[in-house]
Amino acid sequence: MMQRRLGFFLLLTPLVLWLGLLIIIPHIDMFLVSLRMRVAPGVYAPSLENYSDFVTQPLYLVTFLRTAIMSVLATVITLIIAFPISYYIAKIAKGRNQAVLFLMCLIPFWVSELVRTFGWIILLRETGVISGLLQWVGLADQPVEMLYNNAAMMLGLVYTSMLFMVVPLSTTLESLDDAVIEAGYDLGGSTGSILREIVIPHAMPGIVSGCIVVFMLSLGNYLTPTMLGGKDSLWFTQLIYSQFIVRFNWELGAAFGFCLLIASSLIVWGMLRLTGQTLERTMGEGT
Amino acid sequence: MTFDLECRGLSKKFDETMAVRDVSFAVPAGSFFSILGPSGCGKTTIMRMIAGFLEPTSGDILIKGRSVLGVPPNKRAVNMVFQHLALFPMMNVAENIGYGLRRQGVDRAEIARRTDEVLERVHLPGIGRRKVTELSGGQRQRVAIARCMVLKPDVLLLDEPLGALDLKLREQMKIELKALQAEFDTTFVYITHDQGEALVMSDAVAVMKAGVFEQVGSAQDLYYRPATSFVAGFVGEANRWTGTVIAVDGATAHIRTNDGLPIIARADCVSQGDAVQVFVRPEAISVALKAADVAADPNHMAVRVTALLFNGANSRVLVRDETSGGEIDVALPQSAAFSGLEKGAEIHIGWGRDQSHCFKGTSQ
Repeated sequence: MMQRRLGFFLLLTPLVLWLGLLIIIPHIDMFLVSLRMRVAPGVYAPSLENYSDFVTQPLYLVTFLRTAIMSVLATVITLIIAFPISYYIAKIAKGRNQAVLFLMCLIPFWVSELVRTFGWIILLRETGVISGLLQWVGLADQPVEMLYNNAAMMLGLVYTSMLFMVVPLSTTLESLDDAVIEAGYDLGGSTGSILREIVIPHAMPGIVSGCIVVFMLSLGNYLTPTMLGGKDSLWFTQLIYSQFIVRFNWELGAAFGFCLLIASSLIVWGMLRLTGQTLERTMGEGT
Repeated sequence: MTFDLECRGLSKKFDETMAVRDVSFAVPAGSFFSILGPSGCGKTTIMRMIAGFLEPTSGDILIKGRSVLGVPPNKRAVNMVFQHLALFPMMNVAENIGYGLRRQGVDRAEIARRTDEVLERVHLPGIGRRKVTELSGGQRQRVAIARCMVLKPDVLLLDEPLGALDLKLREQMKIELKALQAEFDTTFVYITHDQGEALVMSDAVAVMKAGVFEQVGSAQDLYYRPATSFVAGFVGEANRWTGTVIAVDGATAHIRTNDGLPIIARADCVSQGDAVQVFVRPEAISVALKAADVAADPNHMAVRVTALLFNGANSRVLVRDETSGGEIDVALPQSAAFSGLEKGAEIHIGWGRDQSHCFKGTSQ
């Protein structure tokens, strides 16, 4: 009995350490930091001013809302592109082709995100490949700048997230029996109605878990908005970075971090409620 | 005579293999037609061509006299009960049954009425709100049939739907399926590798082997008058010998098997010197304790019991023929006379000329 107890605690230790040291303790500290303000060098007083700053300063709030909305948009675009790809991988491609296609989705992740993003810069910049091609073909008479705007940033976000949508989607789609789709046709269903009534409801746990992961990745992304986005596509993570690193205002940065955590939790919760899924089900079945 | 389903010269080629070769048959309206064959014989391919999931390489399929070639599956008046039923797990029973009606644009009240009615007819009233995962095997079976029958198809295809059920339920569903077919008065086309299912339920059975129909006929035809050695061996149980015809005397053939057993059989298109296969069913052989009781049979011999295979009403005895040393499988009558039969006992067996089916050739 004692030995079993001991084994249980030993097995539990890494998890407790991981959760405690890397997640709970830093967050408690961050939360405490966010609730104070500096009154003089090295002197702090408890205050809610950081949070009231966040709510009252239009720059903060607008950036925050835009980041959330753009992340939702990136998630939706990723879903729309990834669904047919996943359907093809799971249901139409057979054997070797299936493995090759899956690998092709994975290959970009063999290099670091930084290098991948530089790849896009090479393609899209004023003196880049696409601009040069357009001039050569004669569709443009001067160099075209395609970087540093919302579209380029969106492209980067979708590209970065694609794999995290394709994996759960193709897994759930693969578990759908082909005979069920055939039965849909046999009973008079059209492709559209089968998609709507059979395929999508079946794939829902995968869709939701893919969306949650992609949304979180987009919301917390720092590199892509920094490298591909323009001056009007400020990302909320950039604000946090500048508070911590540029302005040494850890108090406000910590408050921003907490607002981001609360917002992402709320949006994920809303997404689950809207689709009638539970977190256990999506995480259990989806991935 | 109107045919609900007719196939003419149907062939299907996959790459280089002929899965179905020149198959023709016609199913009269309101009958139960089965295609019986071992797995891989092409029966599923025929069914998928009728349903519209495969296009035939050549030949024609007619439903109610009209060719359906080129008509997609969702436009054919044919519905299919899939092997694993393929009920929609994301819908409840009523939604499953209503799916086809919704596609036809039937209004909501009418769908509800017809769903209730069909559930009534498959003896599952009031389960519309249940999830399909909550149903038992037999209930799921009936829901799958109801989902098709609510659309009033010209032909209902059933692809080994009883395969996944346990033995007892399967026996029960056989009778029930036959009753449902009579109740709906719809043409059923049933494919199976289980001869018990095919023989019990069907008005006509086609026995299929390697892409061709070996014989089409009633269950009695297949059992009593098999047309080929494959049918004789596949339908029912049979003792099989290979041998040579040593003499033909009118309608009677005298055959000597390779291990030296003389057998008298009916001479259907065999002549002297032919290599033949002879089939005799265990249940066609009569058993007697005294030689005189079987002396009137053209084939009769004294044998020794080598094994008793008790299986209730289907009990068998394996006996060894003294002259050839070959083993013969004989059905054991459940009468008092044989209750004391033991291994090693000497008994006498005999059977008639017409109970021995012989076919030219030695291969399967």
